[in-house]
Amino acid sequence: MIEQFKAQIRAGQALCIRGAGSKDFYGNPPQGEMLDTRAYSGIVAYEPTELYVTAKCGTPLAEIEAALAAQGQCLAFEPPRFSAESTIGGVVAAGLSGPRRVSAGALRDFVLGVKLLDGAARELNFGGQVMKNVAGYDVSRVIAGSLGTLGLITEVSLKVLPKPVADATLRFEMAQAAALDKLNRWAGQPLPMVASAWEAGVLTIRLAGARAAVEAAQQKVGVGGTADAGFWDTLRDQTTDFFNTETLWRLSVPSTAPEFKLPGEQLIEWGGALRWLKSDAPPETIRAAASAVGGSATLYRAPAELKAQVGAFAPLPPPLMALHKNLKAAFDPQGLFNPGRLYKDF
Amino acid sequence: MTTRTHSHERDQDFSDVDRAALLEALAAVLPAASLLADHEDLKPYECDGLSAYRRVPLAVALPEDEAQVVDVLKACHRLGVPVVARGAGTGLSGGALPNEHGVVLSLAKMKRIVALDPYARTAVVQPGVRNLAISEAAAPHGLYYAPDPSSQIACTIGGNIAENSGGVHCLKYGLTVHNVLRVRAVTIAGEIVEFGNHALDAPGYDLLALMIGSEGLLAVVTEVTVKLVPKPEVARVIMASFDAVTKAGTAVADIIAAGIIPAGLEMMDKQATAAVEPFVKAGYDLNAAAILLAESDGTPEEVEEEIAAMRGVLERSGASEIRVSNDDAERLRFWAGRKAAFPAVGSISPDYYCMDGTIPRKRLAEMLTAINDMETKYGLRCVNVFHAGDGNLHPLILYDANVPGELERTETFGAEILELTVKLGGAITGEHGVGYEKINSMCVQFASDELAAFHRVKAAFDPQGLLNPDKAIPTLHRCAEFGRMHVHQGQLAHPELERF
Ligand SMILES: Cc1cc2nc3c(=O)[nH]c(=O)nc-3n(C[C@H](O)[C@H](O)[C@H](O)COP(=O)(O)OP(=O)(O)OC[C@H]3O[C@@H](n4cnc5c(N)ncnc54)[C@H](O)[C@@H]3O)c2cc1C
Repeated sequence: MIEQFKAQIRAGQALCIRGAGSKDFYGNPPQGEMLDTRAYSGIVAYEPTELYVTAKCGTPLAEIEAALAAQGQCLAFEPPRFSAESTIGGVVAAGLSGPRRVSAGALRDFVLGVKLLDGAARELNFGGQVMKNVAGYDVSRVIAGSLGTLGLITEVSLKVLPKPVADATLRFEMAQAAALDKLNRWAGQPLPMVASAWEAGVLTIRLAGARAAVEAAQQKVGVGGTADAGFWDTLRDQTTDFFNTETLWRLSVPSTAPEFKLPGEQLIEWGGALRWLKSDAPPETIRAAASAVGGSATLYRAPAELKAQVGAFAPLPPPLMALHKNLKAAFDPQGLFNPGRLYKDF
Repeated sequence: MTTRTHSHERDQDFSDVDRAALLEALAAVLPAASLLADHEDLKPYECDGLSAYRRVPLAVALPEDEAQVVDVLKACHRLGVPVVARGAGTGLSGGALPNEHGVVLSLAKMKRIVALDPYARTAVVQPGVRNLAISEAAAPHGLYYAPDPSSQIACTIGGNIAENSGGVHCLKYGLTVHNVLRVRAVTIAGEIVEFGNHALDAPGYDLLALMIGSEGLLAVVTEVTVKLVPKPEVARVIMASFDAVTKAGTAVADIIAAGIIPAGLEMMDKQATAAVEPFVKAGYDLNAAAILLAESDGTPEEVEEEIAAMRGVLERSGASEIRVSNDDAERLRFWAGRKAAFPAVGSISPDYYCMDGTIPRKRLAEMLTAINDMETKYGLRCVNVFHAGDGNLHPLILYDANVPGELERTETFGAEILELTVKLGGAITGEHGVGYEKINSMCVQFASDELAAFHRVKAAFDPQGLLNPDKAIPTLHRCAEFGRMHVHQGQLAHPELERF
């Protein structure tokens, strides 16, 4: 299979690296000849007491999560499951994390190593399976979220963690500003608050960890309604009603950023640091609002014309863009992999 | 000197640097007190924490602010002068070892905490701020900066970024890379770049992750935003004795298998406890073949639950003695020996050489047995302290630099340990970096395609190779040279290269 991938790379045509295609919507529209990764599949190694799993790029996320669950472990960054066929290669390339990201860390924090085919079809192996490794540049974490523009990920090693023992989901009626304030205050205290969501005047929080800690925390945060933990799965997989929309903005901002006075509906996660926005405000207005508070706005879902117009991702300052181009050239000088998917410049 | 594995041959030649022109250019952009050029002033900068390697630079620049950093870098860039950034100089891999034809750029004067926002739980600090100073400043707000290298009273956040430093609590709280939101840095061309921001992610490639652990080769860090986290209400530590190292190793795996991620999980072998006990009087069990320190932190309820669970696991894993700290004073005493292990060893041996490989935890016993054999082979003693939770070993090889041949034997001993870490599926460095010291061992860990890729990454930031040359990433020629002596997994490393 690797030989087949190499041959496809050596053909020298622009390639669209794709697993199940569940994230075709993300980033700028895919271009190039299809390189399907799904046939290169399977868990290569999983050692629960070493806290890592290694899998080939085409392995379905569902298969990995099932194997982990059988040992009481999980991918704590909770990548969204857009389809049952979503592959681990696509998960890592997209770099998206779910509700627990705010406490557990992002996908990139769990990447231990990657194997990669670069633009010259060379097999490169960065990082490994151990938790601590500072030999050489940390290329594996750069690959996470690079949307396949630096190379074809053939194998990944991820850190895994035990599932929390106890869980509680609590609900409070609260206006946005008050919810943001509460979330930031709670986050400054030693509480096992692992996820949060605010939408339409309702704040939902998830407490998880040791049983005693969850019970004690419930006392501290005050009386709220309880809700089904299944809510977090629907949030993680973005299947709640809120996500059923053609155009969706994702604003990554400091958690303390005040309520955005932008038209449209908002869903707030990550203790205030992630603001989903359904709005028909002009893209420049939305981008300006996010950068004014030191964050950025991604045009997450949108019709192709709009994405083509404003780009999926916020523009980079020139010195940073220059480094991006240099780095792209370091791995893929001919610009074969997923051209334009991240920025139209490369 | 023929046994010396460490080739002192240079990859890049800067011998044509014009000292007078350099000093003139630096004097034009720095206040007089920020430029050192006299031999006796330069002497203190000749080495970092790895004092076996020393070189005196042409000059030391001590900029007071970012604008001066920019000017110094632009001057060096223009004149083709190599630059080695330096924090506190506590590094253990010769990362801050000067180039004798170059400038040491010390960030020591940039030590201001620019802003601390308890509500947002962030601190913005200059690169020369000491690791512990951040936690001290955050303490009144019930917050702290989680990564806690044992050198934290001295080492700087700039150095921590460069090395991706860890501490005894990084099993649960992560390394530097997991606790930094933003790095502002200056490239060798004098351009200011920001990686990351005050949000949880930033658009584009994760260059923040690339900067962290880049050993001063990509850019000079001038400002950092770190995450602060709430201080756990309580912490308690279990000290468990084992009559065999293998049992202690198994116990570590058993704790993880039980679904527990302790706040810290450290091991010391008998030689280590014997070395530190007279120094710190921690009350270590000197009869044990190994002791484990397992810490739990969180709410009082959580800690009680976790300590009970860990005690159960440790008993089942065959611990011969278990003690639990009853108060914070006792907890700190249990830790004191671990935290003071390096200085304690320094007091029992004229010199010591600290290694830093990582291995899969399950290979621990194998590794320690092999090290034991190497002690006989090289006629040198080795003391083992170990971040057991994440498989990071710190064998400390004891030697005396004044005995001819001992340093060379020590280096070969160290290189053999590193080679074994790679063979066991690990890495040659977990937190101290490659620096100058382990550059040859990189040839064992990586194939030439990866090394070439690293050089291209470097060139993306610093095409002339002026930032910290001859460090971290070996040239393919160096590896070919090194490969003559070392055969890796039955294969000749870098067979595609000509031998000379
Ligand atoms: C007793 C002792 C205990 C230690 N314990 C630990 C431990 O528990 N965990 C651990 O991880 N390490 C430990 N270390 C190693 C060392 O303290 C760390 O590597 C530390 O991060 C180095 O910081 P420093 O400020 O001293 O950096 P320096 O030694 O001055 O420099 C280290 C590297 O960083 C680069 N650098 C410094 N500042 C900058 C900057 N502003 N921009 C770009 N590059 C820069 C230098 O060029 C060099 O390559 C220990 C060292 C000692 C002596």
